[in-house]
Amino acid sequence: MGTPNGSEVMPTDLTRLTAAQSAAVIAAGQASAVEVTRAHLDRIDAVDGRVHAFLHVDADGALAQARAADERRAAGRALGPLDGVPLAQKDVVVTRGMPTTCGSKILAGWVPPYDATVQARIRAAGVVTLGKSNMDEFAMGSSTENSAFGPSHNPWDTDRVPGGSSGGSAAAVASYQAPLAIGTDTGGSIRQPAAVCGLVGHKPTYGGVSRYGLIAFSSSLDQAGPLARTVLDAALLHAAVAGHDPMDSTSIDAPVPPVVAAARDGGSADLAGLRVGVVRELGGEGYQPGVVAVFRATVALLERMGASVREVSCPHFDYALPAYYLIAPSECSSNLARFDAVRYGLRVGDDGVRGLEEVMSLTRDAGFGPEVKRRVMLGTYALSSGYYDAYYGQAQKVRTLISRDFAAAFADTDVLVSPSTPTVAFPLGERVDDPMAMYVADLCTLPASLAGLPAISVPCGLSEGLPVGLQVMAPALADDRCYRVAAAVEAGLMRDRGRPLLAEAPAL
Amino acid sequence: MATISREEVAHLARLARLAVTDEELDVFAGQLDVILGAVARVGEVAAEDIPPTSHAVPLTNVLRADELRDCLDRDAVLAAAPAAEDGRFRVPRILDEEA
Repeated sequence: MGTPNGSEVMPTDLTRLTAAQSAAVIAAGQASAVEVTRAHLDRIDAVDGRVHAFLHVDADGALAQARAADERRAAGRALGPLDGVPLAQKDVVVTRGMPTTCGSKILAGWVPPYDATVQARIRAAGVVTLGKSNMDEFAMGSSTENSAFGPSHNPWDTDRVPGGSSGGSAAAVASYQAPLAIGTDTGGSIRQPAAVCGLVGHKPTYGGVSRYGLIAFSSSLDQAGPLARTVLDAALLHAAVAGHDPMDSTSIDAPVPPVVAAARDGGSADLAGLRVGVVRELGGEGYQPGVVAVFRATVALLERMGASVREVSCPHFDYALPAYYLIAPSECSSNLARFDAVRYGLRVGDDGVRGLEEVMSLTRDAGFGPEVKRRVMLGTYALSSGYYDAYYGQAQKVRTLISRDFAAAFADTDVLVSPSTPTVAFPLGERVDDPMAMYVADLCTLPASLAGLPAISVPCGLSEGLPVGLQVMAPALADDRCYRVAAAVEAGLMRDRGRPLLAEAPAL
Repeated sequence: MATISREEVAHLARLARLAVTDEELDVFAGQLDVILGAVARVGEVAAEDIPPTSHAVPLTNVLRADELRDCLDRDAVLAAAPAAEDGRFRVPRILDEEA
C-alpha cells in the first residue's frame, strides 16, 4: 500500500490505521471500504473471543454499508471525512433493525424500530457500524462486570477490567477491532475506560450531542461522545455526531466547537499562553503513587510546551461522589420505570391470573441485575418524602457549589487538569461485590459531569505497564480547548517515546 | 446503628416494583446501608441558602410547531412488545389489583 498524501508512512495492516488514515486510504482508492471493513470483521473473529467487546456483530449490514461507501466514491460523491470508516456502537444507543440490549436481560432480543440521532448522524456520515459494544447494564458501572452478558476484558491485560460503562467500546478500539467507537458518559463512562485502555475519550459539554435514542440512565448527566486511538480521530467523530437536534429539548442550539481544527492545531505541541490549573482535590488519598507520578510528569510536559501551571482549589469536589450517587440513582429510579413489561423487552409470570403489578415486579426482578436494583432502590429512597430534602435536595445544592468552584477556577485558568482515574485498570472480580470500591473509580470524572462541562482523557504514560490518562476539563462549549491540550500531550508523548502509547500494549 | 433496616429495603423494593427474594434482601440491606452512610456526607456541606441545580445548562421549555408529522409505524412498535393483540399492547389484568 502506498501513502495517500506522500508524507505519512501507512501501516500495511488495515486494522492498524487510524480513522483519519483509513478515510484517506479509502478516498485515494488504495483500499476499498469493503476491504477495510472486512479486515476489522476478521480481527473481531480472531480476538473478540478473548476480549468480548461486542454483544452483537452485524457483518452483513457492515459490508453493505461499506459497499455503499465504495459506490459513492466511484460516483464521485463521498460523504465526508469518515466515509467508509468502521465504528463500534455502544449498546445503549438505539439502532434501527439491530438488537439493542443496554447490557440488560430485560431488553434481550429487542430490535428497535428507530435510530438514535447519534446513530442517524453516523449513518449520514457514511460511517460503517460493525456492531454493538458491551457495557455495564444501563451504563451503571465502571468495569463492564455489570453487563448481563459477561464482562469485556482489557486488551492490555485480559485479567483486568477495561473500565466502564463504555468498556466494550474501549476494548474494541484498543484491540484494533474498530478505529472508532461511541461511548456515553454519565459520571465518567467514556473517560475512565479510555484512560485504563490507553485511548482518547471525550465527554462533550452537556447538550452538545443529542440524547435522543440514548436509553436514559440519568438524564441531567448523560452525554454521548467519541473513543479513538488518536485525538484527531476523536475530534472527527465528535464533529460527525454533535450539534443541535430538535428531538432533544436539552440539546444546545449553538455552533459545534471547532474540535477538529483544535486537534490539528494542538499537534504543534505549542501551548504558549495557555493557563493550566491543577486541581488540588483530585489527588492524594486513594490515588496510586504510580498514577500520581505519571500525572506530575505530564504537568511538567505541559510546562515545557509553554503552558503556565498553577494549583487551584475546588473544595466541593470532595463531595462530588456522594452528590453523584444521590442524583444519578434518583434520576435512574424514575427513568427505569419505563421497563414495565408492557411495551418492550421481557415479561415474566404472565399466566393469565397474575395482575399487572405482580407481573411488572417479577419481570423487573428477573430482568435487572444487582447494581441496577441497588440504584433504583437508592433513588427511590432519596426521592421519598421525609428524605428528599436531606438527600436529593442537598445533593442538588452541592451540585451548584461544584459549578461555582469550576467558575472560580476558570476565572484565571483556561483548562483544569487531573488524573483521569485514581488507579490503573483493576483485576476482574476485585470490586464486584463492593459497590463503594467500584464507585471511587469515577472520583476524578464526576465533577465535570455534575457541572455539565467538557472533559477529555488522553493517554499520558504507563504505570505498572498499564496506561494512565490525563483529564483535561474546560468551560462549557470550550470542548476545543480539551482537544488542543490533548493533541499537544499526544504529540509530546510521541516525541518522547517515539511511538504511540498503545503500540506498547502486549500483542493479543 | 443502621441507617436503613431490612424492612425499609423491602418497602423500597415494593415501591420500585422489584419482587426481590429474601436472599437478595439480605445482601441489599447491608449494601444500601453502607452506600447511604457514604452519600449522607452531602449533609456536611453548609448549603442552606444555595439554590439547587437540576440541570447544568439553563433550560426553558422547548416547543415545536403543533403540526402533524410522521411517527413510528404501529406494527413495527408492536412487533417489539412482549404481547400484542388487535393492534394494541396486551397487558396483564389491571382490575381488582387490591382484591
